[in-house]
Amino acid sequence: MNNLNFFSDYLIASVTLAVPLAFAALGGMYSERSGVLNIALEGMLLTGAFTSAATTFYTGNPWLGMLAAVLFGGSVGLLHAFLCITLYVDQLVSGLAINLVASGLTSFLARLIFKGSNSQRLPGIPPLFQQDIFVYLLLMLVALSVYTLFHTSFGLTLRAVGEYPQAAATAGVSVSRVRYWAVVLSGCLASLGGAYLSLVQIKFFTEGISAGKGFIAIAALIFGRWHPIGSTLACLLFGATEALQLRIQALGVDIPYQFLIMLPYAIALLALLGLAGKSIPPQGLGVPYLPENHQDK
Amino acid sequence: MITKNDVKLLPILSPLIAIASALIIGAILILLAGANPIIAYTALFQESFSTYFGFGNTLTKMTPLLFTSLGVLVALRAGQFNIGGEGQIYFGALGSTLVGLYVQGIPALIHIPLALFAGFVFGAIWGGIPGYLKAVRGVNEVITTLLLNYIAVNLVSYLVQNPLKAPAAPSPYSPLIAKSAQLPIILPQSLAHAGILLALITASILWVLLVRSPLGYQIAAVGFNPTAARYAKISVERTIILVMSLAGGLAGLAGASEVMGLKYRLFEQVSSGYGFDAIAIAFLSRGSISGVVLASLFFAALRSGANVMQRSAGVPVTIVYAIQGLTVLFIAISLALERVKTQRDAEV
Repeated sequence: MNNLNFFSDYLIASVTLAVPLAFAALGGMYSERSGVLNIALEGMLLTGAFTSAATTFYTGNPWLGMLAAVLFGGSVGLLHAFLCITLYVDQLVSGLAINLVASGLTSFLARLIFKGSNSQRLPGIPPLFQQDIFVYLLLMLVALSVYTLFHTSFGLTLRAVGEYPQAAATAGVSVSRVRYWAVVLSGCLASLGGAYLSLVQIKFFTEGISAGKGFIAIAALIFGRWHPIGSTLACLLFGATEALQLRIQALGVDIPYQFLIMLPYAIALLALLGLAGKSIPPQGLGVPYLPENHQDK
Repeated sequence: MITKNDVKLLPILSPLIAIASALIIGAILILLAGANPIIAYTALFQESFSTYFGFGNTLTKMTPLLFTSLGVLVALRAGQFNIGGEGQIYFGALGSTLVGLYVQGIPALIHIPLALFAGFVFGAIWGGIPGYLKAVRGVNEVITTLLLNYIAVNLVSYLVQNPLKAPAAPSPYSPLIAKSAQLPIILPQSLAHAGILLALITASILWVLLVRSPLGYQIAAVGFNPTAARYAKISVERTIILVMSLAGGLAGLAGASEVMGLKYRLFEQVSSGYGFDAIAIAFLSRGSISGVVLASLFFAALRSGANVMQRSAGVPVTIVYAIQGLTVLFIAISLALERVKTQRDAEV
């Protein structure tokens, strides 16, 4: 009986830890399927975590916090889109710059807004049928993404733009517009993952709350072959690893905790290794699309 | 409107514009924080440049920043993004600590180079792994270097808490390394140590290597166009592995100098984000070595004056990180705008 409890606790913990990763990975999927690299997921998670915490802190309403996360995350996506698509900034550089700005700005503003009130917890999102609302939302979004991506014309266009933008443009599609939508959506989704961190998991904003989750999400995205279900399952694997790590620590097994902390990162690394060559990214990923008259090179 | 001379000035001008824009937004943030930006910036830069101890502190912070950003720059020349500076610093620090602790009774003239070399080799291994994976298996180096950061940091944390922990130490750190492996102080009564001289010498050597040697040409060729490089019988794979190892080695020297010049022992927080600042610095420098020296001086000044600014103007230290991030953002934009402009000019 005890074992069964332990097991169900373990499963719940795995899901809890996987949720923020899965939101970020799903966001990354839209951006990368459209051909825009998204290293900025980390910064988007941070933005979502901060804006939802700050809004909830001021209004006392976590739902508004969630909404704020989507809006501000979407604007970060818009910034990434503007830099990459309109200004042709190198997509990696844009992502890295956004991560740096997000980490600096959120820690600075957090000290101004929450100063000294770190002990005060935020009112979290109330659970529905003993599960938090984010899990339902995530499942819905995953299903919706599968449908959109493979059964609608928007999905077809999105994939075409990511695979072969020239052909899509010839067919009359505005490559930039599709990419803009995809990257903005990416920001909205990833920052929902951040909102989950500060509204459900930790119930407060702390500096660096994202702790590399955006990068694990990218690993999961590659591992899951840019497929909504595949990447969500990969996130579950990472969540399960982290939960296992926490369980082993709590049980006091004689393994130094540092090795356990390393585990998710090591597994992400191995996952990348094992799949190298087999996991094929969208052909147009990372390649800026230049309209005809700029296409000398 | 723009003359040829202006175009030559552009590489110097646009980083300055980027820094100025970042400082202006920083000033708005300082106002938001309810402080006076002029007082805050005065405190920040006065401390880091015009007081003796403060300037020593700036040089101390500049040492690991310069080493690590040289590493990012070398990789960037070959089109590789080394985001793993942080982990490479930790590994380099570990290497030189081991030599500083377990090799005893040799003169400083041999011990110091040996410990530095160990730092370089350990860093090179940590940078070489992602290089190998990129070259041979095609795994994206951005993700692997990032993941390896977390592994290195935790490994060092484990080592200083367990096998390498100094007997009866109140917090996790290793015993002192041998005197003969310690770098001398160059500004008496300050923290500034010989590491900054080593970093500047390394920068000069690297300039010769990158700008004046066939290897430098080969690296640039791989960075510019791998396919063309392949036709020129350059082994792209070998160049990538070499460049990533060199990058890791340089970051390893940053870790080595922190141990050998500043703390004289291995400790948990070898680096406080130097590896990430280095990425910003390498971009700010726009690929030039002298640019890296100046940009790391600027970032070191921000770091060294930040605490005094917090004390005297009441502005949180974290404003400095926001300014750094904004600087990178603006430099990325200016680089892109220039590229679009030159492309348009080429068409006209």
